[in-house]
Amino acid sequence: MLSFVARRLLQTIPILLAVALLIFLIFSVIPGTFASSVGSDGRGMLDPQVIERMNQELGLNDPVIVRFGRYVADLVQFDLGTSFRTRQPVTKELLARSWPTLQLVLASMSFAVAVGVPLGFIAAMRPGSLLDTSSMVAAVSGLSLPKFWLGLLLMYFFALQLKWLPSFGYGNGGFRHLVLPAISLGLAPLALLARTTRAAVLDIINADFVRTARAKGMSEARVIRWHLTRNALVIVLTTIGLQFGSVVGQAVVIEKLFAWPGLGSLLVDSVTLRDIPVVQGCILIMVLFFLLSNMLIDVLCAIIDPRIKYS
Amino acid sequence: MLTRLSLAAALAVSVCGAALAQEPRDGGTIRFTAPYGSGFATLDILATNQSQDEIFAKGLFRSLYNWNPSAGKAEPELATSVDVSDDGLTYTYHLRDDAIFHNGRAMTADDIIWTFTHIMDGAKAYPGARYVRVIEGAVAVEKGEATEISGLKKIDDHTLEMTLTEKIDPSFYFHGPTTSIYPVEAADQADFASNPIGLGPYKLTEYVPGSRIVMDKWDQFYKPVHADRIVVMPMSEAAARDIAFRNQEIDNSILGPEQYVAYQNDPELSKGILEVAEVFTRVMGMNPNFEPFADKRVRQAINHAINADIIIEKLAKNKAYRATSWLPLSSPAYDDSLQPYAYDPEKAKELLAEAGYPDGFEFEWTATSNESWGIPIVEAIVPMLAKVGVKVKIKAVESSVLSQDVRAGNFQAFIWSLQTGPDPLATLKCFKSDTPQSACNYTLYNNPEVDKLLDEAAAASDEAAKIEALKKVNAIIYDDAPVWFFNYNKAVMAYQPWLHGLQPNANELAVQNFEDLWVDETSPAAD
Repeated sequence: MLSFVARRLLQTIPILLAVALLIFLIFSVIPGTFASSVGSDGRGMLDPQVIERMNQELGLNDPVIVRFGRYVADLVQFDLGTSFRTRQPVTKELLARSWPTLQLVLASMSFAVAVGVPLGFIAAMRPGSLLDTSSMVAAVSGLSLPKFWLGLLLMYFFALQLKWLPSFGYGNGGFRHLVLPAISLGLAPLALLARTTRAAVLDIINADFVRTARAKGMSEARVIRWHLTRNALVIVLTTIGLQFGSVVGQAVVIEKLFAWPGLGSLLVDSVTLRDIPVVQGCILIMVLFFLLSNMLIDVLCAIIDPRIKYS
Repeated sequence: MLTRLSLAAALAVSVCGAALAQEPRDGGTIRFTAPYGSGFATLDILATNQSQDEIFAKGLFRSLYNWNPSAGKAEPELATSVDVSDDGLTYTYHLRDDAIFHNGRAMTADDIIWTFTHIMDGAKAYPGARYVRVIEGAVAVEKGEATEISGLKKIDDHTLEMTLTEKIDPSFYFHGPTTSIYPVEAADQADFASNPIGLGPYKLTEYVPGSRIVMDKWDQFYKPVHADRIVVMPMSEAAARDIAFRNQEIDNSILGPEQYVAYQNDPELSKGILEVAEVFTRVMGMNPNFEPFADKRVRQAINHAINADIIIEKLAKNKAYRATSWLPLSSPAYDDSLQPYAYDPEKAKELLAEAGYPDGFEFEWTATSNESWGIPIVEAIVPMLAKVGVKVKIKAVESSVLSQDVRAGNFQAFIWSLQTGPDPLATLKCFKSDTPQSACNYTLYNNPEVDKLLDEAAAASDEAAKIEALKKVNAIIYDDAPVWFFNYNKAVMAYQPWLHGLQPNANELAVQNFEDLWVDETSPAAD
């Protein structure tokens, strides 16, 4: 298992480098620079000399290949560069913004797992029942709702109408401020998990080994715990792993809506302002998170299902 | 249009008047929103020129001058008086002896000299360099040929002499946050960007990047300060701001066209709306290197072919004033005798025919997605231009690409909102033939008469003569029509009934002198 983990960790290095190259190339070919974005609000009649000096100071006058070489050389030393707009190390910026995103992602996924998995399980145990139909209708609706709109609806009802929760902001990172953005972000993975769990359980519930277990007199509770749950869990866990990664990306919209100070809102502002080192840093962190969460899920799957061998 | 302006002015005055009628209350927290992004660039205010950062900067920092929104001009802030030499090139500032930095040290002339020298650091690209460059010897520092700005001379701790290279009004140059005064100690403070020290009415208490800046009252500020605390929160989503405002979680919100209508129609919310004609002019710039636009008659035809009034009414929801030329309503050189180009498609056709385009032509129009001066506006114009035979191909770009393309001359036509104040001379210098396109002469304007008048205005000792010359320039530009004159922005801020002291800042309404703001006891954050 340890060799598997080590191998997967090593595999992340070329993937991260490939992603770094891709981001670098994309931002090298798309029009617009940091200097042009600084003057994009039509203010200040930006001085051409300042623009030139800015490009020079930021090394933007150098050829792409030189800049990429410099970037990779810094990257292997875990130096993500300096933000164009704040003139601070990118790592410092990312550290300040990573925790709020992690909080949001963990909270939304906890919500999705805690509600979605049992919902799918219960629905599968009574296929065709009112509970099954209604929960699946709710799940499909959850998947279809645009996050932005859902967030606004939640704000409207729980903040403006009921006055239960604050409508926006981070506060001190506490529970009250976390609830609405976490639900907005967690509803889609919840729906997907509910559907996946239901399908997985339904698939297994009719399998031969389950029928055999029942035939040999095993109690229903034991059948569910040992045969149904463990077998379905592998599929559910894989879905959770994939969702963990995509939720980090989807957080961009929610963070901006709720003025949540995470990586997503930093990324949006940095793209707009062409603060390339920060954009690269944000995306690398997100990719890393995706890779690590999936590796963790793979390990968990192997523990749960002894048939899975990682050699 | 003037009626609308009068109403807006009356409203602004009534807001201020209502606030003045009450005795300001000390204490409480003001929960202020910054609507132009999801965060702030940096607390090192000399390194940024973004509107978003200017909002909190008014709390932490002060410059040599400060903008007085009610008077519509910049006034000495860190000086008690200013002497000007007869040639108008040397200014002697008698500095305040009660301006205390947030580290407890009194400001002296050394701090101003150090700050301006720092801004001219040739290895950096401080936006304020374009202003400081007007001081004699500043360019030499920028080029690394000198270490001191020769035009800055310390007479004593509280007297500073500044010699300029040209006759300009320094109040327009040194009132913004990009020339905020730092203490000399900043040179040795590596973490200055995290723990800035300024001269503002509030000092930094907490900064949560992407979430808020908390500033507490600086007891040693040289003017009365009312609220105990200011919290500035970046909130870029208008719909979220709307809910937070209605939920009384924030004290102000900048409104877009749709919200403007909704707030006007709400009996309660309509009581707290502050409007001001900002110094931004929305225009379609035409590139004379594209053959049809080289002809003045074609440019005038474009102005006649577009029904700007109906766009302002239907799309901008009247959150704009019809533009009559380049200089906006709040400019000291605004010419109220000018009338906007009349909507007259027939005349447009005649002008096009005279110019040799009886069947029209096709051009590419570069635009962003901005709701007030972007693609939605262009789409409304396309059928109007089609009526006179002019076809439009829309080129959709992002704002930073617009900025890049326009400065590089890579366009046939563009639509943008451009700052046209507060200094009318600096604004109109964008039409001087020797101003590069990359600076602000985007339409490569070249008119010897305008050049001459601008030189006269720059040399004028008499303010009235200067304004007169600038008005003539403004009128010539109107006639030459290098742009389609669309509108002047009407900035609208919604505020809670407990918030008082808001100023109708025509430069940027979201930027407020925080020391003048106060909340009454009905605020949820009154304690």
